[in-house]
Amino acid sequence: MESTANGFLEAVASATAETLRQAETTLPPDVLQALESALERETGAVARNQLENILENVRYAGEHALPLCQDTGVPVVYLSIPPTVPLTAGIEEAVAEGVRRATREVPLRPNVVDPLSRQNTGDNTGGGMPAIHLRRGDEFSITVLPKGAGAENCSAIAMLLPSRTGDVARFAAETVLKAGGKPCPPVVIGIGIGSTFDGAAALAKEALLEPIDYMTPYEQEICDGINALGIGPMGLGGATTALAVKVRTGHCHTASLPVAVNVQCWAHRRATRRISL
Amino acid sequence: MIDLTIPLGAEVLDLRAGDSLTLSGTVYTARDEAHLRMMEEGIPFDPRGAAVYHCGPVIMDDRVIAAGPTTSARMNALSGFLLDAGVRALIGKGGMDAGVREALRGRGVYLAFTGGCAALAAARMQLLGVHYADLGMAEAVWEIELDRLPLIVGIDAHGGDLFERVGREAKLQFERRFNK
Repeated sequence: MESTANGFLEAVASATAETLRQAETTLPPDVLQALESALERETGAVARNQLENILENVRYAGEHALPLCQDTGVPVVYLSIPPTVPLTAGIEEAVAEGVRRATREVPLRPNVVDPLSRQNTGDNTGGGMPAIHLRRGDEFSITVLPKGAGAENCSAIAMLLPSRTGDVARFAAETVLKAGGKPCPPVVIGIGIGSTFDGAAALAKEALLEPIDYMTPYEQEICDGINALGIGPMGLGGATTALAVKVRTGHCHTASLPVAVNVQCWAHRRATRRISL
Repeated sequence: MIDLTIPLGAEVLDLRAGDSLTLSGTVYTARDEAHLRMMEEGIPFDPRGAAVYHCGPVIMDDRVIAAGPTTSARMNALSGFLLDAGVRALIGKGGMDAGVREALRGRGVYLAFTGGCAALAAARMQLLGVHYADLGMAEAVWEIELDRLPLIVGIDAHGGDLFERVGREAKLQFERRFNK
């Protein structure tokens, strides 16, 4: 590959492909643990059956190195870049090359289309795809969060009244209520509070990168409000509608309270690789 | 456990929302684009007693790699013509609306498979053929042989609807908690 002739860029491309393979075929330990705990809580036959299918699917996919879900999502990529690395267009192209490789080799379903003509690019890349988010870091790392459409389509954003911060939990529960069984519950909910209209959405998705084996009392309260709805695994009823709620905040205009709720399915796929420099 | 085989007949009328069953025989996958094409050009398979699976699989080398259900609600307004033509079962996830529930009355059922369980589903499938390959992997109509795929009856032929029941109760809980 011409544009990654340089060893570093080749390392970025191959780490992107490998990280995607890991994310698509296995679940992170914290998510697996949350699903196992959910099974312990459920008493209804239908809810237990759905969770048993999910856990058996995760085992089977892992053993055979197969994608967990046929909706292998669109590639959302977070790059952590130390100040010693100059930012170049080459890095973005190397990540795109990694996505193309994973699409051929894992394999992934080609999901990326032009938004209006709906024409498929065939390799999961296109304008703005992969979605690449840059963060400052101490070391160079790549995190992938392949995002399926079933859950993503149920996500919502609201500009709430700044005098009513208590409405955040209500908005999150309302979003999950409207979604019902569509996003493949039990879901993980990322909430972005503050920043700007667009910034809140970015915060909501970044919140999904955090481990789900711990919730703050605020996150736990929102999660309890959602689980009280009884939507349950796959919308068929039960105690576990959300495995976890994760919140990220950013400062905002004094007249504003943007809140974004990013819904993630039980297949909360994410993986990280470090690249040594 | 009830074991059913496609083509399906009047036996689907005995099913009740919440029942577990396994399904064997040939299913056809169809998503948004395939429904639109079928409405325009006619159904490319015999719809009588057939089962239509809301699914866009991953296929490689004539093998089904991953094939869980997609969100059925996107096909709410696109399913009537299939049931009119004799399709007896729609398979998907997440449930469908009141229009589909009424269209199923006395004729057919909506069956739910666990969303995201694509590897598990594929282990019970064999690829037979494809229609509308030009629509691309996700949107094409794949002809697939099922071997006892385990399903839950989401909507029965008598207006029973598990998703609607759960949704109604969830709305009450929401009102109780947030609209005091």
